[in-house]
Amino acid sequence: MTTLGVWIAALLTLCILSFLYKDNPFYKFAEHLFVGVSAGYVVALTYHNTLIPNLFVPLLKQGDYILIIPLILGIMMLLRLFPKVGWISRWPLAFIVGVTAGFWLITYLQSNGLVQIRETLRPFNSLGNIVIAIGVLTGLTYFFFSKEHKGVFGKTAKVGIWFLMVTFGASFGYTVMARISLLIGRMHFLLSDWLGLIK
Amino acid sequence: MSAIEKLRNIDRRFIFIAIALAVIVPLLFPIGLPVTVSPSVQKLYDAIEELPPGSKVLMSFDYGTSTMPEVYPMNLAVAQHCFSRDLKVVGTVLWPEGVSLGQNALEIAAEKYGKVYGTDYVNLGYKVGGMVVIQAIGRDIREIFPEDFRGTPIEELPIMEGVRNFDRFRLVVTFSAGDPGVREWVMIAQARYHKKVGAGCTAVSAPAFYPYLDTGQLVGLLGGMKGAAEYEKLLQSQGPATAGMDAQSVAHAVIICFILFGNLVMLITKRKTERRSL
Repeated sequence: MTTLGVWIAALLTLCILSFLYKDNPFYKFAEHLFVGVSAGYVVALTYHNTLIPNLFVPLLKQGDYILIIPLILGIMMLLRLFPKVGWISRWPLAFIVGVTAGFWLITYLQSNGLVQIRETLRPFNSLGNIVIAIGVLTGLTYFFFSKEHKGVFGKTAKVGIWFLMVTFGASFGYTVMARISLLIGRMHFLLSDWLGLIK
Repeated sequence: MSAIEKLRNIDRRFIFIAIALAVIVPLLFPIGLPVTVSPSVQKLYDAIEELPPGSKVLMSFDYGTSTMPEVYPMNLAVAQHCFSRDLKVVGTVLWPEGVSLGQNALEIAAEKYGKVYGTDYVNLGYKVGGMVVIQAIGRDIREIFPEDFRGTPIEELPIMEGVRNFDRFRLVVTFSAGDPGVREWVMIAQARYHKKVGAGCTAVSAPAFYPYLDTGQLVGLLGGMKGAAEYEKLLQSQGPATAGMDAQSVAHAVIICFILFGNLVMLITKRKTERRSL
């Protein structure tokens, strides 16, 4: 990264971090700049990486006229920007939802449903396997709302809550780790690339 | 206002300062806290170790700059490991920003081990579509990636000779920061094409992917900066993740102290309120 680039990146980082003190114009400037640059980047990238190779070149140079259909669907989607004819965008949206659901259904069921269920039902020859089975069954019991959580059923659901709490705790721990990692990344950049304090 | 009430209403900016110091000080003055390798990281390392030299690895850079501190170090470490084992790396990208980040990691690793672009590694660039792209790779990689990210036709790249679909790849490794990412590669490359899939992901998403590890749908998993640091330890190299682990550990210790302290203050306040009501 050039010296100018490092300085711009460092000052923008400080602008964003200044929000921790309180909301201010420097933060707002950096935020707006980020949103604008990101949107511009995505538009340019989509045009060059998607529209040109996947639509314009095959349609106009190779005569692949079937692509007129997605082109029309794409234009219909953009009509959402005009309130009077915005309803037209529901058609391509319905198409996308239908295709995606159909495409995902079997694969998702296979890799995230059937395989997971099969691996839950392991022989009770280790503590880990027993804990997995108890955790899944009690957790599912908690989410069964057609019967009042009383007696043995209620106690089973309570065990499920404990398993859920442990899961949430683990997720929270990982989330903290992720956020701190991002802070470390920025601080490392400021201290090494910008200030040269870390070799 | 009592001392407890003052503590309850402490300005949150003091906490920010404490966290900032907990990160900055260890970065400036490393402590060298030990890093222990977890089984999920060891598994991915072993999976790469088991591949015979010359094998092709498909590496997907499915992350952006916002998650770079977490995912880039693992990308770099795994790329270095692959080149040290004389494996050939074919890169694909499902996130727009991943093109330059992945290429950067490949170039640094390639330079270290004297690898040549086009012969030992290639970056096929970004394609929009997520799962559809993975599906298309399984059908015909040349259809979805007719050229690399520089615009060189795939036929002119020696590394791509004979590569038609997943068949020639011994392992798929995805570095993922969300969707599309690990889930999609597992669903298509593993479930449909029965390829070995390894993954490196952000710490936030790691808990969701551990079930894949237990079922064997993933051969290994690196979670966040810690996963990357563990991998660097296995490679016996001091990378960017190892440098950040001291700061990570100290910051966690500070956060734990704050959580304990907050709960303690809450319990004392609760007890006082109960006594007053009696």
